[in-house]
Amino acid sequence: MTRQTVKFYQVGSRAVGNRLLPADLRTEQSNPDRRNALNSGHRACQGCGEALAARYVLDTAIRVTKGKLVAVNATGCLEVFSTPYPESSWQVPWLHSLFANAASVATGVAAALKVTGQDDIRVLAQGGDGGTVDIGFACLSGMFERNDDILYVCYDNEAYMNTGVQRSGATPPAARTATTEAVGPAPGNPFGTGKDMARIAMAHEIPYVATASIAELHDLESKVERAMSLRGARYLHVLVPCPLGWGSTPADTVRLARLAQRCGLFPLFEAEHGEVTNVLPMRDPVPVEDYLKPQKRYAHLFGDHPQPGVIAALQALADRNISRYGLLPSPAGGEVTR
Amino acid sequence: MFEIRIHGRGGQGAVTAAELLSVAAFLDGREAQAFPSFGSERMGAPVASFCRISEEPIRVREPVTTPDAVIVIDATLLHHVDVFGGLSPDGYVLINSARGLIDLGLSELTERHPVGNVIALGATDLARKHIGRPLPNICLLGAFAALTGTITLASLEAAVRDRFRADIAEANVNAARAAYEAVGMVSHA
Amino acid sequence: MRSQIEGSRAIAETVARCRPQVVPAYPITPQTHIVEAVGAMVKDGRLEGCEFITVESEFAAMSAAIGASAAGARTYTATASQGLLYMTEALFNAAGLGLPIVMTVANRAIGAPINIWNDQSDAMSQRDCGWIQLYAEDNQAAVGLHAIAFRLAERLSVPVMVCVDGFVLTHAFEPVELPEQSTVDSFLPPFRPRQLLTPYDPVTIGAMVGPEAFTEVRYLAHHQMMRAIDEFGVLAGAYARATGYELSAVSGYHVEDARTVVVALGSVAGTIKDTVDEAASPVGVVTLGLYRPFPAAEVRRMLAGADHVIVVERAFAPGMGGIVSADVRAALASLPGRPARISTVVAGLGGRAVTKASISRMLADAHTGKLGELSFLDLRNDVVERELATGRSR
Repeated sequence: MTRQTVKFYQVGSRAVGNRLLPADLRTEQSNPDRRNALNSGHRACQGCGEALAARYVLDTAIRVTKGKLVAVNATGCLEVFSTPYPESSWQVPWLHSLFANAASVATGVAAALKVTGQDDIRVLAQGGDGGTVDIGFACLSGMFERNDDILYVCYDNEAYMNTGVQRSGATPPAARTATTEAVGPAPGNPFGTGKDMARIAMAHEIPYVATASIAELHDLESKVERAMSLRGARYLHVLVPCPLGWGSTPADTVRLARLAQRCGLFPLFEAEHGEVTNVLPMRDPVPVEDYLKPQKRYAHLFGDHPQPGVIAALQALADRNISRYGLLPSPAGGEVTR
Repeated sequence: MFEIRIHGRGGQGAVTAAELLSVAAFLDGREAQAFPSFGSERMGAPVASFCRISEEPIRVREPVTTPDAVIVIDATLLHHVDVFGGLSPDGYVLINSARGLIDLGLSELTERHPVGNVIALGATDLARKHIGRPLPNICLLGAFAALTGTITLASLEAAVRDRFRADIAEANVNAARAAYEAVGMVSHA
Repeated sequence: MRSQIEGSRAIAETVARCRPQVVPAYPITPQTHIVEAVGAMVKDGRLEGCEFITVESEFAAMSAAIGASAAGARTYTATASQGLLYMTEALFNAAGLGLPIVMTVANRAIGAPINIWNDQSDAMSQRDCGWIQLYAEDNQAAVGLHAIAFRLAERLSVPVMVCVDGFVLTHAFEPVELPEQSTVDSFLPPFRPRQLLTPYDPVTIGAMVGPEAFTEVRYLAHHQMMRAIDEFGVLAGAYARATGYELSAVSGYHVEDARTVVVALGSVAGTIKDTVDEAASPVGVVTLGLYRPFPAAEVRRMLAGADHVIVVERAFAPGMGGIVSADVRAALASLPGRPARISTVVAGLGGRAVTKASISRMLADAHTGKLGELSFLDLRNDVVERELATGRSR
């Protein structure tokens, strides 16, 4: 790898490693010598959450594995904006095959590395929510079931963004997409649909499942590190706001990711072999409105014809998460236990 | 070319019988081909398998429609399936049954063919006796060897030993020998 | 050493001798005996250095094969019919990525209606996916074609499917001589990937290519495929020297003195050869062992003296007619003089037996000028008429 000067991408003082911290507590993103696995020059939209997440996840994975890593990518925004032939943003060995098969392709890569005596080289598969929870579901479940030695990372922007914002199995209730328009008696994505992919992964009782956020960089990096310290099938689900699809300001991307966690709609937790082992308590909890308001995909819940009932229903979902995972900080302190 | 058609029901070993026949012929230094008529994997459904034996390499692939010999592993097929269709005038018939040919309603067939070519043998009983299970397919092959002389008993035994675990193979070899001798005695009577 | 074994077993044993390193497997009739045999060999240690992966679908099988091959492992799988179709997207992907995967296709009909028996609809439907297609006439050929397939694939970085008639060959016991391990090792060197997924020399594989470069990429793929015609000949020659068994892209049987020549792929050729031996007038048989790329020049040469070419097809194109016939017609178009008459005979769909008697009738009809441009062998006209009449009355 040729050396190049790496920028510090400013995403808020809590996110980029806080250079006031002692060196050993800083994030990889604050390290000028980091791999920068997804290099500058890619064609992502301004404010793309997935571009941030991919860099964060891979840079940590590369640090932990000392560079012995191979990435397999599903079709989607990430793949499209990162490899416009003849250019590539990737500073890791990287393979893109199809939309539905990242997990299976990774299975094959892992098998090849194992059989050639190179299983010190680790495999990371990644895809968007569509490629993971919908079209890639069978392949992912197969990978889980076989306990193949792969970390699968889902960058969840909650719809098929690359094709123009269509609803996926990860689209939250009430959200507007091009196939669940904000029209009619029940505007937006119906309630009572959708898959909780992290819990489905847990149901496979694989060694490690975690949810993570680009707004909690330390937490995300430590989860990647934990994942890479284990063998077998591992799953990481990262919420990545999409300004285009969510109808939000590019500058709000990290803030929205933070609000998703702060209102309880996107709980941050870890699980091993089907049991929750760790939860990141909500810091400064907020009502769901604070999270929904900055996103045009929820605009139909506010404005001229407000839908307080729908907002209440979404709050109920958040409350359910809060109760299920114990997200409210304990009276004694509320720091993350590891 | 000598063509054999074997009729049975799924699970009775008709396919294995054809395969072993072909291996025995091969071990005798001849060219052989065996294949089943194919249905889904289903116990009890009628199954036919085929074997061709020749001095020349066999190129044809169609099912045997003009057999020189027919083996019927399950006599309940007799009036169900056209087991004798296309049988050559001096062909052989070997039926697994303890009942006599007349009893089986086959007197006309028996008369149409050369004396001794159509026989019934209680192979299931022999199998029960020698291998402890009512699996008569290999036993019938022993009878077939004696009846037609198209394969040697020695090659049949070698084929069986090559295919099965030692104890199972030996038991089946004994059953085949017993059938071979039983038929030998009949044809020399 | 010659032995009397099942076709599937012969294929599995040959593949094992080719030292595959990753075998993703998903069952479908009638290839199951092949992957079962390979799996058993891995499990009991007879086949070392091989990861056998039971995947959850054929799509997963080919996808895992893509990953394994890209990461430098010699990769093999087997499928048929619906399974081949289920992995279609991945077939194109593997070819486009230049991965030398070898796959056995146990030719079987495609539903609906569901049918588990032999015809060549499956492989024919994928003739343009970018894979080299080889067809075995018998199980000895199947053995040789698999060994050649690995070397051909790795030489050209093009995946190869070896087509073997389902049940008719896969489940037939016939004499086969398996090559010794040492013979295969001499014939087939270890896999040296053209590009490799490795952190020691990272590359991006599978980039998005736009209009400005896509045509060139596809042209080069075509060019690479065309190389396979000569390359197959070279490797078949090497294989023949190593084992004594001859395989050709196009082989002719009594073509020299025949004005009527039958063209066929796969096991049906054997039945046809037996039939022409008994025919009143000379009839030749041309068997294609290589179908993609289409060996047009050699086909042209073989058929140059024919007045009447009968293409016996084990698949067909609804709304059009023959598939192989179209390729033959295109190949013959540049021959000087009056073009040969080409008759398409669709035979043995869904496992209906192709018999000597039927072929004989076909040849007789050809002889008397009664064989039309397109006919279905042994079509039950009474059934068809009845159905059509019922349809009309409704």
